[in-house]
Amino acid sequence: MSEALSYPTNHRKKALILSIIPGLGQLYNKQILKGIAFLVLSAAFIFVFKDLLNLGLWGLVTLGEIPFEDHSIFLLVYGILSIIVLVFGLGFYIFNLRDAYKIGKRRDGDESISTIKEQYRNLVDNGFPYLIMSPGFLLLVFVVIFPIIFVILLAFTNYDLYHTPPAKLVDWVGFKNFLEIFQVDIWRQTFFSVLAWTLVWTFVATTFQVALGIFLAILVNQKDVKGKAIMRTVFILPWAVPAFVSILVFAGMFNESFGAINRDILGFFGIEGLPWMTEPLFTRIALILIQTWLGFPFIFAMTTGVLQSIPQDLYEAATVDGASNFQKFKNITLPLVLFATAPVIITQYTFNFNNFNLIYLFNGGGPAVPNQNAGGTDILISWIYRLTMTSAQYSKAATLTMLLSIIVIGVALWQFKRTKSFQEEDMM
Amino acid sequence: MSMKRQNFTRLALTYLVVLIMFVIILYPLAWIIGSSFNPGQSLSGSSIIPKNATLAHYKQLFDTSKMNYIYWYINSLKVSILTMIFTVILVSLTAYSFSRYRFVGRKNGLMTFLILQMIPNFAALIAIYILATLTHLIDTHLGLICVYVGGQIPMNTWLMKGYLDTIPKELDESAKIDGAGHLRIFFQIVMPLATPIIAVVALFAFIAPFGDFIIASILLRTEKNYTLAVGLYDLVAKQFGAEFTTFAAGAVLIAVPIAILFLSFQRFFVSGLTAGGTKG
Repeated sequence: MSEALSYPTNHRKKALILSIIPGLGQLYNKQILKGIAFLVLSAAFIFVFKDLLNLGLWGLVTLGEIPFEDHSIFLLVYGILSIIVLVFGLGFYIFNLRDAYKIGKRRDGDESISTIKEQYRNLVDNGFPYLIMSPGFLLLVFVVIFPIIFVILLAFTNYDLYHTPPAKLVDWVGFKNFLEIFQVDIWRQTFFSVLAWTLVWTFVATTFQVALGIFLAILVNQKDVKGKAIMRTVFILPWAVPAFVSILVFAGMFNESFGAINRDILGFFGIEGLPWMTEPLFTRIALILIQTWLGFPFIFAMTTGVLQSIPQDLYEAATVDGASNFQKFKNITLPLVLFATAPVIITQYTFNFNNFNLIYLFNGGGPAVPNQNAGGTDILISWIYRLTMTSAQYSKAATLTMLLSIIVIGVALWQFKRTKSFQEEDMM
Repeated sequence: MSMKRQNFTRLALTYLVVLIMFVIILYPLAWIIGSSFNPGQSLSGSSIIPKNATLAHYKQLFDTSKMNYIYWYINSLKVSILTMIFTVILVSLTAYSFSRYRFVGRKNGLMTFLILQMIPNFAALIAIYILATLTHLIDTHLGLICVYVGGQIPMNTWLMKGYLDTIPKELDESAKIDGAGHLRIFFQIVMPLATPIIAVVALFAFIAPFGDFIIASILLRTEKNYTLAVGLYDLVAKQFGAEFTTFAAGAVLIAVPIAILFLSFQRFFVSGLTAGGTKG
């Protein structure tokens, strides 16, 4: 810094101070075109967004004051929009300050300032990644990031059936929703029983499908097994049929009155019809069996790919050393397969944690259970859907969404930190 | 001698397990195909190989005056194909910039994408619903496509970036020295080499909206606008059992073409997935 202070002139500071109004600093730095562009842009920004920012920020703080006239939820949306706009504006503003300071510094150091042509080249080179990313990024902001911010904010309001705009206003209530989920009996009981089932479901169903997939892949991959091609095709079939079709078909098969399971299969063995759809325990068993059916082909295909890439000389060397078949499996095949498929297996766990389609399409999260406001097989995500779509408990649903996201992100981040491919990424 | 016996039992057990799995896999499929040819609307008294097989249920599906099935089919294809096209374009562009350029905000951007891909985008279903109502995009396929494409970006960007990282940078550097511009390097050098991963992303981007139920069921309100997942569920939920054979025919008409399509692309798909997946 002492070096910087020894400049005879002080253009950088003057340019920085003038840039408090965007553009003036650039004009001072004799970059006429850039300066005018910045001035016009900021004027346009203020002119276009003045009303939105005004209404949005007011709405975000108060959520409306007069019922029927102020619609709290719309105000919330405008509020988030104005925050997004503000963030973009601030980004531009900081860029403008930095730019003025940097050019000023170059003038202090008596370096030549880039000409318009050079500036243009610079803009193209440095701006290209931003330019080609912007369409995807904008879409992401509006359909992914915006809803997430909205849900986070909603968790701190009392938006539900009794506070529905425009007749009623919605208010900020702080952490009341979180406290209620853990303190009010019915919420606490439901939350913990749903969470427990979600975890059991995720763990058992995923482990089954992974184990079956790896087992079958190794089985088919044995050297002396004939008919590999047909086996592989059939084992892929459950993956090839769209899942929602299979699930609805299974819902028919497990149907207690006409389904094939009770009527044809169990009837054949002389077993009385089982209550697949009306007894939570049986529904849960059915769900785990179905998910195993649906999910193993994916693991099977991945494992088959890995198995085929294991070099044969590993096994030959092991044979020379006198290893038994089981030892070869335990010390060569399994570690290699698990290592290569680990990232995929992790995504299977997170997928099942949020496997809404199966739970909802099979039995709507039912059967109903006394003393709680979720069905007997509801997992967190389907419970959230139920709260939103059937009982209009929006703020509670938002609170639960936040809790769910924290769990998912926590587990996934912890896992990703440990995987090699992430550590190798040059994060600079 | 005992070695031979051991081998024999191992093989016999293997084939037995495979046989059992064949039955478990094929039985539900055979059952639904059988049901779709069964005469009558309900399944009481039906068998897996129907005695008086009929095509009536298939004909009924094509009767647009009574059923919207054809519309659902067209809607599903339209939404899935458009989602696929837009996803491939947007994801290629973002993945390319993350892979090849070092710019301010890159690290934070990658981190954001990583976190976003972990939250399923339907978790924010309340927000999606309200936002769509506000922008009058509710009950339109445009709104649906936007949500699908946006939701696909983070995960597929990581997938594709992982693959692009494996394409040597020396290639584009030498092209740059030869005077190729940014766009030219992107279209003529990098993209042709990335075809396998583009195919994977395209397939993902097609399958996800095709099989999605939750977002479509929130956004689509009129029966004519339904996609297959929502429509078929509606058909079943309205009067389960009463119209099961029609549902069965509808299910077969979806499952067969998709399964054939899937099986023919399968090899390609798995290899691309392992290439990008284990890297990214």
